[in-house]
Amino acid sequence: MEHMPALYSAALRMTRNPSDAEDLVQETYLRAYRGFGSFTEGTNLRAWLYRILTNTYINSYRAAKRRPEISDVEDVEDLYLYHRLAPSDGTISRSAEEEALATFTDDEVKAAIESLPDSFRIAVLLADVEGFSYKEIAEITDVPIGTVMSRIHRGRRALQKALHDFAESRGLVGTAPGRSTE
Amino acid sequence: MSRDVDRVSSGAPGDDAEVTVDCGSAIHQLYDYLDGELTEKRRIQIAEHLDYCAPCANALGFESELRQVIADKCKDHVPESLIERVAHLIEAEQRQPGADPERAGQA
Repeated sequence: MEHMPALYSAALRMTRNPSDAEDLVQETYLRAYRGFGSFTEGTNLRAWLYRILTNTYINSYRAAKRRPEISDVEDVEDLYLYHRLAPSDGTISRSAEEEALATFTDDEVKAAIESLPDSFRIAVLLADVEGFSYKEIAEITDVPIGTVMSRIHRGRRALQKALHDFAESRGLVGTAPGRSTE
Repeated sequence: MSRDVDRVSSGAPGDDAEVTVDCGSAIHQLYDYLDGELTEKRRIQIAEHLDYCAPCANALGFESELRQVIADKCKDHVPESLIERVAHLIEAEQRQPGADPERAGQA
């Protein structure tokens, strides 16, 4: 069960709670086991498992919760976070940049992802956390590749906005790089 | 970065003359570049731009680092009880008539 840690993390980001995440992973494994005959040997097992996970989440958990699906995110410009963490002359030293990013806690990053609406959250999760290609994500989520690209790009910008809000609430933004503290 | 367009289009070293990638389009395709989703030709054009444009290269470094931070901070510990529960359920499935033992544990 080498894929379980990653599947469990993805399930947590999708369902946003440990109990549902456990149920989702369990259901995914059962469906994968029962449907293994439909898996083509030599194709991408990992992508196939994420497809089952994603479909199970969308069809079962989201429907069961009847959570109103917010279908859009506030759109912000490219490099939203970079422009706000970097000093006004447009340069940012490597160490200052790494220091600024390192101050985000695990909980803040997870919460920022979980704040995204479903379709954007799943696309960003599959791209940036799981490292799937646009084409693989299109297959996993059953949407055209153009839609995938749009969701990833807009989802990433919304994620940067959410991270920026955390940084702002802790007073990290607007201070000189290198002076930010945990 | 659009504010640097003037500097970049004024003929930086290595500029191919026929290939013009300004900061705006470089930034616009930065994520496609990072994702490895550009055509080879376009990838080389953007890479050349990044070679001589420090502001865009800085932005790329930041976005690349940010992605790594996001991936690193999104790991969770799987409860042992879940691993055991799934293992038991799959064993139970295997004991059912018509079960294919070859499937076990592949995922």
